Amino acid sequence: MNVRPASGVVRTTCPYCGVGCGVEAIPDAAGGVTMRGDASHPANFGKLCVKGSALGETLGLDGRLLHPMIHGQRATWNQAIGFVAEGLSKVIAQHGPNAVAFYLSGQLLTEDYYIANKFAKGFLGTPHVDTNSRLCMASSVAGHRRAFGSDTVPQTYVDLDEADLIILVGSNAAWCHPVLYQRMQIAREKRGTQVINIDPRRTATSEGSDLHLSVKSGMDSVLFSWLLVQLEARGATDRTYVKRYTTGFDTALASASAIAPDLETVASRTGLDAGDITGFVDLFIASDRVVTCYSQGVNQSAQGSDKVNAILNCHLATGRIGRPGSGPLSLTGQPNAMGGREVGGLANMLAAHMGYSPPEVDRVRRFWDAPNIAQNEGLKAVQMFEAIERGEIKALWVMHTNPAVTLPRADAMRAAMKKLDLFVVSEAITNTDTTLSGAHVLLPAAVWGEKDGTVTNSERRISRQRSFLQPPGEARPDWEHITLVARRMGYAEGFNYTNVAAIYREHAALSACENNGSRDFDIGATADISDAGYDEMEPFLWPWRKGEAPQERFFADGRFYTPDRRARLLALADPVLAAPVDARFPFLLNTGRVRDHWHTMTRTGKAIRLARHVAEPMLAMNAGDATGLGVVEGNFVRIDSAHGAATLRVTLDDGLPQGSVFAPFHWNDASSGLARVDAVAQAVTDPVSGQPEMKATPVKLTPISMASEGFLVSRQRIILPDWLQHTRITIPGGEALLFASTRSPEAIHGLLINHLGEAWQRAEVSDPFAGDFRTLAFSGERLSAALFVQTSRDPVALDWLIESLGKEALSPTERKTVVAGMTPASNVDQGPLICSCFAVRRVTIATAVHEGAATVEAIGDILKAGTNCGSCRPEIKRVISDELASAPVLLVA
Amino acid sequence: MRQRLLIIGNGMASVRLVETLVRIAPEQFTITVVGAEAQPGYNRVLLSALLAQDVSAEDVILRDHAWYESHNIRLISGDAVSTASTEDKFATLASGDVISFDQCVFATGSHPIRLPMPGMDKPGVITFRDLPDVAAMEQAALAKRRVAVIGGGLLGIEAAYGLARRGAEVTLVHVMDRLMERQLDAPAAALVAKALGNKGVTVLLSKQTLAVTGHTHATGLAFADGTSLEADMVVCAVGIRPNADLAEAAGLAVNRGIIVDDAMATNFAGFHAIGECAEHGGVAYGLVEPAYAQAEALARQLMGEAGAFTGMVLATNLKVSGLPVFSAGNFVGGDGLHSVTLQVRKTGTYRKLVFDGTKLAGCVLVGETGDALWYLDLIRRGIDVSSARRHLIHGRDFAELALGESGLGEPGLLEAA
Repeated sequence: MNVRPASGVVRTTCPYCGVGCGVEAIPDAAGGVTMRGDASHPANFGKLCVKGSALGETLGLDGRLLHPMIHGQRATWNQAIGFVAEGLSKVIAQHGPNAVAFYLSGQLLTEDYYIANKFAKGFLGTPHVDTNSRLCMASSVAGHRRAFGSDTVPQTYVDLDEADLIILVGSNAAWCHPVLYQRMQIAREKRGTQVINIDPRRTATSEGSDLHLSVKSGMDSVLFSWLLVQLEARGATDRTYVKRYTTGFDTALASASAIAPDLETVASRTGLDAGDITGFVDLFIASDRVVTCYSQGVNQSAQGSDKVNAILNCHLATGRIGRPGSGPLSLTGQPNAMGGREVGGLANMLAAHMGYSPPEVDRVRRFWDAPNIAQNEGLKAVQMFEAIERGEIKALWVMHTNPAVTLPRADAMRAAMKKLDLFVVSEAITNTDTTLSGAHVLLPAAVWGEKDGTVTNSERRISRQRSFLQPPGEARPDWEHITLVARRMGYAEGFNYTNVAAIYREHAALSACENNGSRDFDIGATADISDAGYDEMEPFLWPWRKGEAPQERFFADGRFYTPDRRARLLALADPVLAAPVDARFPFLLNTGRVRDHWHTMTRTGKAIRLARHVAEPMLAMNAGDATGLGVVEGNFVRIDSAHGAATLRVTLDDGLPQGSVFAPFHWNDASSGLARVDAVAQAVTDPVSGQPEMKATPVKLTPISMASEGFLVSRQRIILPDWLQHTRITIPGGEALLFASTRSPEAIHGLLINHLGEAWQRAEVSDPFAGDFRTLAFSGERLSAALFVQTSRDPVALDWLIESLGKEALSPTERKTVVAGMTPASNVDQGPLICSCFAVRRVTIATAVHEGAATVEAIGDILKAGTNCGSCRPEIKRVISDELASAPVLLVA
Repeated sequence: MRQRLLIIGNGMASVRLVETLVRIAPEQFTITVVGAEAQPGYNRVLLSALLAQDVSAEDVILRDHAWYESHNIRLISGDAVSTASTEDKFATLASGDVISFDQCVFATGSHPIRLPMPGMDKPGVITFRDLPDVAAMEQAALAKRRVAVIGGGLLGIEAAYGLARRGAEVTLVHVMDRLMERQLDAPAAALVAKALGNKGVTVLLSKQTLAVTGHTHATGLAFADGTSLEADMVVCAVGIRPNADLAEAAGLAVNRGIIVDDAMATNFAGFHAIGECAEHGGVAYGLVEPAYAQAEALARQLMGEAGAFTGMVLATNLKVSGLPVFSAGNFVGGDGLHSVTLQVRKTGTYRKLVFDGTKLAGCVLVGETGDALWYLDLIRRGIDVSSARRHLIHGRDFAELALGESGLGEPGLLEAA
């Protein structure tokens, strides 16, 4: 990390989820950077979640790719650019431009995205530009476009403050969009906003909801179809709005009636209580202001587009759209998925919210002065990789994403990448599952904190990401990777940008080009912004048309972007899972995020305080299923689908319905072994959006009896064999590897001991009967490494060894405690970490509850838990209710 | 009328018996103690420390003549009992004195063993048993002579260490492949050998001595493997045998030692035996701790109180080379037993515990023996340690909490030991 000289406080935007919080980076005297929320940013008004708060811990250069590599050898930029340019030229000459594909990321900045899109679609001539947003929110894009004629988010976050009812569908916002979730909680407290959570899982989000509807996987549309039927039956539709501004109401209603003919059928199909269903309908009808937020639970489905339209149908039918406190609000998972959509970095878009109609293609061609403009939609992510698998796509350029982890059928996709003639990865980290999947060229990329540009959050707010760090080594921003190659290929004229502001101006100009109100996305007001003006640009909502003020909301005026300017209500396909469970695969695998990690952990994995809330990959299931399988919490199961397998530790979660299991997707081969969950996920995609159904894969669960469990803490990085079930976590001073094996402790100890190195002073404990083998390596006064292999995890020892590794000097007495794996007084397990910000564990909170602290606020007063980012407040609440249920509390006056 | 009590021998068991009687029954006996050595009884355990100059000559004295006088006990030093009559209950001394008694206690100790090899009787060959031996060894050491110590047990190691400390060029010769094979397992023995090496002692293992070389005076050793060793002095420290000669002549039942029961009684009423000369339950103990326990048991018996010696789990303490070593009980393991080991290479710490089901059966501690007596207590009491099994290897601090009440030990026992 190399802080830019004299940078002072730098206002930038968080690189994680789609909330798009403003953060202030404050370089400190020690060469580090501390983070705090930007009080002036309208997305968060100074609040940050635990991930955002820990950003300063993620800036280390461990694992960074610092120079270009060709075939695993260090190369100069000149050589690498030449290699890529020649490779692309060769593939295009032999197989045509359609043999080239770009796989981009919702974490790229808009300017990077714009340049990649322009290069591919305008100059190379390939339409195959897609992005990991396809896995995230393509169904929302498709649903929006079908209903509105444009990919438009009509609402803003302010609507969450002003709603009477907030419906969260397929969203664990408490963990995935914590700052917005806290905002909803404030609305609940301040104005009595009701919150309904629709999710097969009862999650932390449900804790802060007035009603949780545990809908069966894939049956959301049945519920919303019933809502539409009831709205009509009870005269709750806005007939004027429907008549004036929409088409398709009748067919939509007919389809909804077929899907949801009566309450009994709806109850049976959704698995919900009839009274709860009616309560939901009543509340919707009774609430003038309704915001429906939807996220991956809706999007990641083979019927995701229909699910989105099922929701939009209800908002359109009641005219509850584009009004203060009322309308649909898609929550995006990535910091710049919206920016990617704006530049057209999706296979079914061309650029700037323009598609592939001839006039649009012609307009973009003229604007770019493009020699080889793509004429038709390209292949969407899953299909793109399937084309690679079939050998049709020969050249692939991956930027800022890790498809080898996150694509469904990830193992097959990984194998496919090895077939490429040219495989280029622009990446910040040297060893990712993707760079290790046969990449020919690695181009070192600058990352968050080092690069400049803009991002757009879930409410269409464009904010600046500003740099406060020097890119290390030879790393450069991604847009430069493209412009260097483009210029080498003879496209100097189209790619002669002096800086990132110049790219932004061109992007803004394209958004306004021949727009005249015909397209929603227009930021023409900023097309002439100066370099200095760009540097200082404040967050603003688009559209911001030239000569107008930025527009708050869309569609209250009933003007949509379809050819007839009317919105469409859609008939839906009958809701059905892409693949039902059967005797062979009797469980449904749901995937998602945990609170303190984000994506494939290349950033959050570096932060010590983010590593402990959920320390390792796991499979959550309810107690009944666990009993049926004959496993208990902490046991392991092998999880098999038709596509792949993983081995995960069981966590009991009574929020899961019977027959449904949940696994976080963060862990990968760089951070674990046998835990890459997306290798298990199926690849069946939505016919419209191309988004895969990653939240309902039929799987088989087989209990694995682990003969040994243990951990290795080390100051040096240690790579464990990939056949060993393990997880890597960042700890003070080094790393901890947690592992489990069917082989005996003695065998595993004998195998792993070689990883400790030779020269160190060692201590060894050997207890063959109990199966307890330990080897500790000391270097001077410090602990260098420790390997503990036992028959089951010893959480006390793990905690103590982690703490001890971080110490610079161990006294002889401390050394004994390290070998013992405990202090004489530390016999008590303090339970799981609840509050990451203040490192407060469950037992501490439970104790406080029994001492009379019976509210989240009281816990905060005593223990500070939950008073920083607030992400853990739902969990604190649950601890309080569990403890109150288990024993009477002494009320202290 | 007071009973007359004759104690034959003035070693450590004898002193402890007298001390106990003085404490609990000062008026009951008229006591006579006869010691063959010129000095009143001294602490034989400290002879190696004396040789090493870790303690002074005064430190080894247990009780001097004045103490005996003050308690009206007759102490005869430098005279030996030559016969004892079981029928008439009197003893004759080498000086000709005759002592009558009502009760007689044999506390005659043991003889150092000399190997039955040629040359073992030559001048320059000594054993390591008493103060004159220490004096001879001191002379050799001060003259920076080459000394060969035969015997890699406790005694031989202590002799070698003491000699090296005083400047001799010492070679320790042992017939087995590791030192102290009766008290230590191989890793612990290796640590001891290494520590001795660090103190300048050359350790030769698996060396079977065939003969002491030299015509008039020992000049070295010849070994079975054909090699030899030059030495100016040979110390034979290969073990001891109970000194039961007098008892046997008197007609007492003797096997290796004088056969006694739990009351330390021999087969003749009024005749008792304690310490190294006695054989209890088939075992002739060669350590001070059981000798003391026997002395105390006998004192209570003589008082007419309940007091019995029922055998003892043996524990060995070795403190040489700054490397404390302790072993107790069954430290080898075996069928149905489970061992746990801990080794810290930097500090030379080694620890082995042997479990028999829920009980601790034995232990070996090297380097760090602070918890030795606590372990010994757990072994001797045979309590269920399963609640603390996984913590036990890490020591008392770590295990006591998990062990609960039963692990607290008997403070009296620990302090006394």
